[in-house]
Amino acid sequence: MAYIVHRPKLTFAEKLYLPQVVAGLAITFKHLKNMLLGRTKVVMQYPEEKWDSSMPAHYRGAPTLVRDEQGRERCVACQLCEFICPPRAITIKPGEIPAENKWAKVEKFPQAFDIDMIRCIYCGLCEEVCPEQAIFLRKDYAITGTTRAEMVHDKTKLYELGGVMHGVVNKWNSLK
Amino acid sequence: MDTLLSLDWFLIATSLAKTVFVLFFVVLPMVSYTVYAERRVSALIQDRVGPNRTGFPTTLLGFKKDISPFLGGLGQPIADAVKLLTKEDFTPAHVNKFYYWIAPGLGIAAVIVTLAVIPFGSSFLGVPMVIANVNVGPLFIFAISSLSVYGIVLAGWSANSKYSFLGGIRSSSQMISYELALGLSVVPLFMILGRLNLPEIVNYQRDHGWLLVPFTDGHLSKLEILLWIPICISFFVFTISMFAETNRLPFDLPEAEQELVGGYHTEYSSMKFALFFLGEYAAMIAGSSLVVTLFLGGWHLPFIPDGAGQGGLEFLHRLPSWIWGLVNITAFFAKVGVLLLFFIWVRWTLPRFRYDQLMRLGWIFFFEIALVNVFVTAGILALFPN
Repeated sequence: MAYIVHRPKLTFAEKLYLPQVVAGLAITFKHLKNMLLGRTKVVMQYPEEKWDSSMPAHYRGAPTLVRDEQGRERCVACQLCEFICPPRAITIKPGEIPAENKWAKVEKFPQAFDIDMIRCIYCGLCEEVCPEQAIFLRKDYAITGTTRAEMVHDKTKLYELGGVMHGVVNKWNSLK
Repeated sequence: MDTLLSLDWFLIATSLAKTVFVLFFVVLPMVSYTVYAERRVSALIQDRVGPNRTGFPTTLLGFKKDISPFLGGLGQPIADAVKLLTKEDFTPAHVNKFYYWIAPGLGIAAVIVTLAVIPFGSSFLGVPMVIANVNVGPLFIFAISSLSVYGIVLAGWSANSKYSFLGGIRSSSQMISYELALGLSVVPLFMILGRLNLPEIVNYQRDHGWLLVPFTDGHLSKLEILLWIPICISFFVFTISMFAETNRLPFDLPEAEQELVGGYHTEYSSMKFALFFLGEYAAMIAGSSLVVTLFLGGWHLPFIPDGAGQGGLEFLHRLPSWIWGLVNITAFFAKVGVLLLFFIWVRWTLPRFRYDQLMRLGWIFFFEIALVNVFVTAGILALFPN
């Protein structure tokens, strides 16, 4: 469908270009001036400035394992997180808690718990699926390493990152 | 033997020293820091930060900390130079090797030679601060700078690529058209001044006020006010033609990135590309130097004596005159720097002209304006003989 585009009728000043050129120069100079005076908001200068303080509570950082107030490792090696993990980043090797242990009634604990941080997509499904409130996504986001092996978080590293979680349900305390 | 002794060895030695000083200690650093300023100013104009990281890696030399100068990023040009020098120098198989290799050299040589006749200072320890004191300064500059089009044309043609070719063609036609306006626009100046020797032109401006700012000598005559009109017109035409001549943005059709990839240097890499880049910015510096010399009083600042301790305010003569020689050199390059910033400012403000608009502007407007300006000046000079 053809249609006619009417050329705008330019005034003499517009035909001269010059007033427009000067107006343009004034606009760019205004931007330059505001930048130099620090009036323009610019991007955060990352390694020096960090947004950690304004990070929202629901931020999904690195997944970690936690202990509770009694110091018990909360994971019971049910492997639900391993099965739901979309990129299959989690590998768990379940073990049996010996009978003389105070928490023998829990029956299982993870002998090994590896999360491959190269694979992890920070989706939070592991946290969501965990029936024991044992795995949580914390606010660590700068996970770096120089080798692939270094990027696999093992159990010690996961507990170190996770620490102690307060205010979770301690269902094993009351169970016989 | 006699011919060897009869040579003016002092002149040769000082010329060599001046050449090395201007080329390696002023123009090349100025080029790289103009590139840096271009990136930084464009960033500031566009509400970004720009390159603000690169410092000087003194940790490599065993120091505790890297030096990161006050604004940061001042090490960027050095890093860029190292990068360009160490990159792979790739020559495509389909190019005409001979012309492909000489084109970058031709492009930059012509630009650098024009710097020889620019007086970048009054005198320093009795040595005049101009490399070649010739009586045809501006003519020499116009003659040589039009040769730089060869570098571009050869680069565009020898690369055997349609983008390079189009860039080269555009560039040559653009430079040839604007050369006319460029040359004609300064004819009124030479009619007023009556000389073509650039150092003498600056001396005239020291005694009679800068051509564009005629009151810097402290008084204004009626003739000066009358002549100010054609001088303004010729400054206007000359500066805009200079933008076209150096392929700067409102007229950067030879390397219009959106249409021609990189223009005439599309097929170049590494230092050969860097030479074109260097040539382009050196041309900006040469052009700004010419504008400063012709219109803005060259190295002269009001109230400041020259390198021989002449002129300026009386009490300033107590200081040794070589200090004023240095001040003159600094003043010249400061003026050039301000003009370069103006070049950058314009680049990040204006969109590119269409090709027919560019040609129309050059041939129908600037050429005619410059021509009429010559007659107007002639009329003024004939009606009011001093």
